[in-house]
Parts: sequence; structure tokens; C-alpha cells
Amino acid sequence: MARAVTQQRKLINTALAWGIGLLIFFPILWTILTSFKTEATAIADPPVFLAFDWTLENYEAVMERSNYAKFLWNSIIIAGGSTILGIIVAVPAAWSMAFVPSKRTKDILLWMLSTKMLPAVGVLYPIYLIFINLGILDSRVGLVIVLMLMNLPIIVWMLYTYFREIPGEILEAARMDGASLKEEILYVLTPMAIPGIASTVLLNFILAWNEAFWTLNLTAANAAPLTAFIASYSSPEGLFFAKLSAASTMAIAPILILGWFSQKQLVSGLTFGAVK
Amino acid sequence: MATQHSRSAARLMMAPAVVLLLGWMLVPLIMTLTFSFKQYLPLRGGDLGWVGFDNYVRFVSSSAFWPSVVATLTIVGGVLIITVVLGILLAILLNQPMWGQGIVRILVIAPFFVMPTVSALVWKNMFMDPVNGLFAHLWKFFGAEPVAWLSEASMPSIVMIVSWQWLPFATLILLTAIQSLDSEQLEAAEMDGAPPIKRFGYIILPHLGRAITIVILIQTIFLLAVFAEIFVTTGGAFGTRTLTYLIYQRVLESQNVGLGSAGGVYAIILANIVAIFLMRIVGKNLDA
Repeated sequence: MARAVTQQRKLINTALAWGIGLLIFFPILWTILTSFKTEATAIADPPVFLAFDWTLENYEAVMERSNYAKFLWNSIIIAGGSTILGIIVAVPAAWSMAFVPSKRTKDILLWMLSTKMLPAVGVLYPIYLIFINLGILDSRVGLVIVLMLMNLPIIVWMLYTYFREIPGEILEAARMDGASLKEEILYVLTPMAIPGIASTVLLNFILAWNEAFWTLNLTAANAAPLTAFIASYSSPEGLFFAKLSAASTMAIAPILILGWFSQKQLVSGLTFGAVK
Repeated sequence: MATQHSRSAARLMMAPAVVLLLGWMLVPLIMTLTFSFKQYLPLRGGDLGWVGFDNYVRFVSSSAFWPSVVATLTIVGGVLIITVVLGILLAILLNQPMWGQGIVRILVIAPFFVMPTVSALVWKNMFMDPVNGLFAHLWKFFGAEPVAWLSEASMPSIVMIVSWQWLPFATLILLTAIQSLDSEQLEAAEMDGAPPIKRFGYIILPHLGRAITIVILIQTIFLLAVFAEIFVTTGGAFGTRTLTYLIYQRVLESQNVGLGSAGGVYAIILANIVAIFLMRIVGKNLDA
């Protein structure tokens, strides 16, 4: 009897969860479907779901209109570069805070997070001026630097929480067994730190990929990433649903695929080690 | 373990991050402060000298100021309430035994990966468009007059779009927290005859405290700066002009850097008021 009840409950849970899941996912699904329709089918009333003639003409039109490869490449360089640079700066900092904590460690961490509270718009013009003077406005270098600094507090926090989870006893045991400092770092600490670093890299890559304020305001033709590519479709001439959908699909596909493949690492990374 | 030697090594390792962030904070901040006391119009004469607190007075007395503060707080508050409440319910549901849990989870977290510009454009055109949008078709199907969402119900529409983007984040963190809940405790409570509401209020909710703190903290940081969603949808019209957007218009569109900088200082003050509250809670809740 009890078993029947749980089976029934499982069925209800499944139906409910799938219903809500599909509802949340629907805008993405609808965008992808629409990207394969003709413009006329895209705005048909009543809407057409699957029974239409699939076409690739929108993708061709988007490719003709703008150089997708260049935007994509800019996105990869900017998101990748800022993440790598951020990791290089943050790993030693988080490492020393986790393993040689002092009375001020907590204050420094909170101060770092508070720099994220500095509204970007409040410092937009100074950054703009500095960039003009340095000649790095509308350059990938400039955006790499800004996005690195913007995400640095988050990187340090995440790494710090991961490193803190590495138990000190393991280190001591390795030392008792006569491991040198080099061996200790190479064979004991690194393998334990890699998963945390991987989640951090992933989350920051996604944040940098989707960041729109700085990329829209500091780039024009040269360094514009996919956020700018898609924003050009907000003008009236871009108001074609099927083409807009194709461009949207092209902008989100790379990161969506990356996100899905790595969702396990992301889940642990997103929680800042604080949810146990 | 922390010898003098390792302490100075630690300082050296922290130096780059600290110096970079200090520079990132101080240099633009000092420039913004300087500009805010000047009449500075890049396209109309450039730096026209000191004007004292004129910009500050003008920014606050402009009719756009208070509505923009209200708009900012409405978006932050509205999205926080929606994502936390729905996030808790969704996390509880996703934690139940079911078929295809992994796939449902992927469906639910997907919006988190969609860039804000794309999500705003898709919602604006394909769903909220009063003529061809899906909602318009749906309304007509039921015989109702289609709604011009972004002009007639602009604020709820923006809150909805932003909530859709942040619900996955809240759900994921809360789900992770629920999964670490001791199921024996729940079963014991169930055996003792505690009704679901009581089990939720006395066991699940307190257990989620820390996770909820994290969700509120991280989301507030990002929500105070919401930009792309407004840039792409209403352009600040129909009462959706947040403080961020107002300053952006002053600085970039009207090219009044002095006035915009004074606004920037107000935004920094507002962010810091919010931050002090948050830091208190986080400082208490997190073992940093």
C-alpha cells in the first residue's frame, strides 16, 4: 500500500516538475524553433510549433549581415583572457588567505566583495577617459582588464572557500612522511585544488561572456563581442523574428552547451562553499 | 605553522590582488568625485571649472531622481521576492523522487546561461510584442485585448524578465542546500505527526537560512546594476529608468559628465547603504 502511494507521488512530482521545467525552458526552445522558420511562419497566428518547413535561410542572412566569427572570437578572447588573468592573480591571494590566515583576512575578503558594490555606471566615464588616453578604447585588451577586475572579488572568494576545505591534517601527514615543499604542492595540494579552480574558471567565463554593460559601452567595431552583436538587433530594422531568433541562438549556443556539460561543477561552484 | 617567514610570503602573494582592486576602486572613484564638483561638458566646452555642490543639488532636485531610486529598489526587491519564494518551492519539488530529474534540472538552469541582451530581446519581441507576440496570440485566443506589455505594464514586465534570468541561480543554490538536509530529521518529524507546513517552517526554512543569504547577497550585487534589460527593452521609458540608467543617460547621452558623476556618487552611496546591511548579515552567516 505504502509503495503504491509513493509511486503515485513520484508520478505527480514528475509531471509537475517536467511541466514547470518546460515552462521555464520554453522561451529558449521557442527561440531555437523560430530560428528555423520563415519570417511569415514566425509570426503566424495561431503559432506553429513543429509542423513547418525547416529552413536555414535566417542563419545565412545573419551571417551575411555581420561577421559572426569575429564577434564570437572577441567573446572567446575577452571572456577567456579575463578569466585566465583573474585566476593568475587570485590563486596566490586566496591560497595565502586560506593557509596563512591573519586577523585581517576576513576584513580583506569583505572589502574585496564590497568593491563589487561599486556601481559600474558611477565610474564609467573615468574608465572611458583612461581608456582613450591609453589608446585601448574598443580593444580586446581593455575589456580583458575591466572584466578581470570586475570579477576578481568573486574569483578570490570562490577559491578561498575551496582552499579552506582542504584539510590541514593531510598536509601534516604528508610532511610527517617526509614530503618536500615541492612534493607537497605538486602531489598533495594541487590535485585537491583543481576541481575548485575548474568551477571558478567556468563560472567566471560565463559571467564574462554574458556581461553587457562594459562590453556595450567600451567597444564599437573592433572588439565588440556577441553581446554587442545581438544588441544590434534591437533596432527597428532588425525586427524580424526569425532572423532575431537565429542571431540569438548563435549568441547563446556556445555558452549554453558549455554550461550544460559542466552543470555539476557549476552547482558546487555557485554555492561559494557556504551551503553545506 | 604561520611563521614570520610564511607571513611575509603570504603578504607578497596577496599583494597583486589587493593592489589591483585598490587601484580599480580608488582611481575612477577619485576621478568621479572630482568631476562631480565641476561643470564638465565634453562636447560643449569641456571642463568649465568648479561649481561646488551644484551638480549634487541639480541631480537630486531633478524630477527624474526619486522615481529612478524607486524603480531601482522595485526591481531589486521584486526580483528578490519572486526568485527566493519560487526558488524555494522549486528546490523542494526538484528534491522529490521523480523520473528524469537530471533533465528537468538542465531545463530549469538554462536561462542562467542566456545573455541578458538576448533574453531581453526575445521577451520583448517574441512574447511581449502587442501585435505578433505569443502573449498577444494567447490573449486573442481567449478573446481578450492584447496588452502592450512594455509600455502599459512596463515595471512588472521587466521584473518578470529579470526574474526569469535569476530564478535558476536561486533554485540551484537552494536545491544544493536542501540536498544536504538530514532526511532522518524530517522523517522523525513526519512520524511524530508534524504537518508539512510545520516541517517546512521549523526544519527546512531554518536550514536554508545561509543559502538564502547567499542568494540575496549575490543577486543584489548584480540587480543593482541591471542595465542591458532596460537598454534593450524600454530604453528607460515608461517609468523603468533606474538610477543606473539615469546616470548613463546623463553621462553618455546628454554628455553632462559633471551631473552624471554627481549621480554616480549617489549611486555609490545607495549601493553602500545596501552593502552595509548585506555585509552585516553575511559577516554573521559566513565563517570567513
